[in-house]
Amino acid sequence: MIPNLNNLPTYDTVGVNERVKRFCTRSIKKSSKVEGLKLALNMIDLTTLEGKDTKGKVQQLCYKAMHPHDTLQNIPTVAAICVYPSHVSTAKKALHGSGIQVASVATAFPSGQSNLEIKLDDTKFAVDQGADEIDMVISRGQFLAGDYQFVFDEIAAIKEACGKAHLKVILETGELDTLDNVRKASEIAMYAGADFIKTSTGKIHPAATMQVTYVMLDAIKDFYLKTGKMIGMKPAGGISNSKLALHYLVMLNEVLGEKWMNKEYFRFGASSLANDVLMQLVKAETGIYQSINYFSND
Amino acid sequence: MHKVKNKDVFKVSWTYDKAPESTDHIQIKKQYDLYIDGKFTKPIKGKYFDTINPSDNKKITSVAEASDKDVDKAVKAARKAFKSWSALTGKERGKYIFRIARLIQERAREFAVIESLDGGKPIRESRDIDIPLAANHFFYYAGWADKLTYAFPNRNPKPLGVVGQIIPWNFPLLMASWKIAPALATGNTVVLKPAETTPLTALKLAEIIHESGIPKGVVNIITGAGETGAAIVNHPDIDKIAFTGSTGVGKYILNATAGTHKKLTLELGGKGANIIFEDAAIDQAVEGIVNAIFFNQGHVCCAGSRLFVQESVADLVIKKLKDRMKRLIIGDPLDKNTDIGAINSKKQLQTIEKYIKIGINEGSEIYQPKCKLPKHGNWCAPTLFLNVSQSHRIVQEEIFGPVLTVQTFRTIDEVIEKANNTPYGLSAGVWTDKGSKIFHLTQKLDAGIVWANTFNKFDPTSPFGGYKESGFGREGGLHGLKPYVKFE
Repeated sequence: MIPNLNNLPTYDTVGVNERVKRFCTRSIKKSSKVEGLKLALNMIDLTTLEGKDTKGKVQQLCYKAMHPHDTLQNIPTVAAICVYPSHVSTAKKALHGSGIQVASVATAFPSGQSNLEIKLDDTKFAVDQGADEIDMVISRGQFLAGDYQFVFDEIAAIKEACGKAHLKVILETGELDTLDNVRKASEIAMYAGADFIKTSTGKIHPAATMQVTYVMLDAIKDFYLKTGKMIGMKPAGGISNSKLALHYLVMLNEVLGEKWMNKEYFRFGASSLANDVLMQLVKAETGIYQSINYFSND
Repeated sequence: MHKVKNKDVFKVSWTYDKAPESTDHIQIKKQYDLYIDGKFTKPIKGKYFDTINPSDNKKITSVAEASDKDVDKAVKAARKAFKSWSALTGKERGKYIFRIARLIQERAREFAVIESLDGGKPIRESRDIDIPLAANHFFYYAGWADKLTYAFPNRNPKPLGVVGQIIPWNFPLLMASWKIAPALATGNTVVLKPAETTPLTALKLAEIIHESGIPKGVVNIITGAGETGAAIVNHPDIDKIAFTGSTGVGKYILNATAGTHKKLTLELGGKGANIIFEDAAIDQAVEGIVNAIFFNQGHVCCAGSRLFVQESVADLVIKKLKDRMKRLIIGDPLDKNTDIGAINSKKQLQTIEKYIKIGINEGSEIYQPKCKLPKHGNWCAPTLFLNVSQSHRIVQEEIFGPVLTVQTFRTIDEVIEKANNTPYGLSAGVWTDKGSKIFHLTQKLDAGIVWANTFNKFDPTSPFGGYKESGFGREGGLHGLKPYVKFE
């Protein structure tokens, strides 16, 4: 049932900015840095969501996912590959036996401007193709118009269509305008059955920010305290370097703590982050920054 | 999605490696003399005392103890310098003050490290708050130096003469700049005494002031304890005393200067009320509570040491606050990740511990998060006292440490009455989404500073000072010029 949205905590933008700034002043060095970088790499949903994606491109990305940088010892793979539904079967085949998940966007991604039947079909198609995770978008138009029941019902219906696949609900925070709206949308998504809540499609600017991620983590925390259910978090878009990824991990660590510090409950939706993390890991091991040309750019 | 029963589910496991700020770049002399009449001079009686690093109680260096004869020497130097300094144009005076500001900025890192070393505050605070604010104060008042006639139109402001300034140990450099900058801008000359536990940054400031080329005798910085302070207060040729410190000493100074020509401003203790309404952004309010009381280990005269939470959200706020306190990192002040540093001195630690005992004996419920405190040095875990009332001593008296009392309230009139029911009147905080409520409270609260939806924010342009036993006079802003001028 749709939760009571009238008594939700509110957010003060100035206060949230200050809190986020505090996370960014944490100094992460030496072994804690290496640990953080490896964790970040392991949490990446390596993403390609372009009109020009082909089978070949997806296969190459899958290889990168399994072998991020073979010259380095003891580094993890990424968590998942994130593609359009039409590339799910390719990815599934390429990743067979690797343990890497295949996530597919669905529900008329990225705008969500279609009817429920088409969205359900889109979801079912992706699931039938073998998607382990579905990244859906909410109907921001209806949300902003105040039709929360519509948004709730839609998420619940998609969740049902997912079957065993995990559902990530994209709020597209860049279109929600206020932090209070982000909280409201998070609440609707979690109560409607989301396994993850996700900031952005990556197609709208601004995409993920630490501020909206903070609000969403806070919502996840309160939801856990009320229901005992752990929801995952996925900031996506705009997280392209290691330093920023470590700031996010510090925030995750200090808001939700160790239970969430793994790929089951936290993901980065990113494409270029992986190479920057690898570069830092090589630096940590050898003491030398290598040229970007030493890192494959699939 | 699976249910987790573990109660301590929000536990932090990823610990951060030590990230200490390096100390190689700082220079501390083996011994510091008194800065009088433009040079470092030995104390007449030849006495020195140690200044201690509160995080390990080891000696850093030794510092001269000024006797009344040294004070007399400093006052004479200041008097001699006053004639030409006050005759300079405002623009010329401003140049020197600007120069001091820039020199502080240039050596900010060194100042920050020494401040944390000598006083125990986390480097994050000295680096991001104390030192930049100190420089800003000099910049701000440098700008006023040639605009005094605009600050006081048609009143012909004139400097007072020699001012004696005595500052506390909680914000050593910042307090020195609050005092020196407006005094110089208005054309006075200065004899300043830093606190005996934290004299180093003031002495470093003396080096910078010397470097700025300001005429000799305009600023004199002398070190010592209470007796030195008393000698300044009682010196007949001082025209004004500016004091920041405890209410006890403030009362002594008020007595000592009564019946003399000396002007006086006092910035004393506080027991700030931090008021959380049910319609506040709770999460940010919790952060505000933490900033209000645990900032600088609670060694803040305007700390929000009395928390008032509206009953309907009290459980939630307390739960969130306890959870937040578990995440505070306590330890080495020089580590960049430290949230709470060392208690400034053994003596202050004893005071805080005394009050914690009183709180427990009064029957209030104590909460301290589990945290490892370093073995050596002066440390106190962040502390909450729940189930307290106005009649508890820990609610009435200033503790000056990381100790917060938590009370609940039901109505707005009730909280105003309780917030004002204290001999102090320095600061207060109000947390609500409603602007009208903020304005209502700012009018009703007897506090010199009221923060809305934030706490412990300082700015050179904004006046700071108290009511009642928190003192009188304002520092900062246009108001901060007034105590240093007379009108003809």
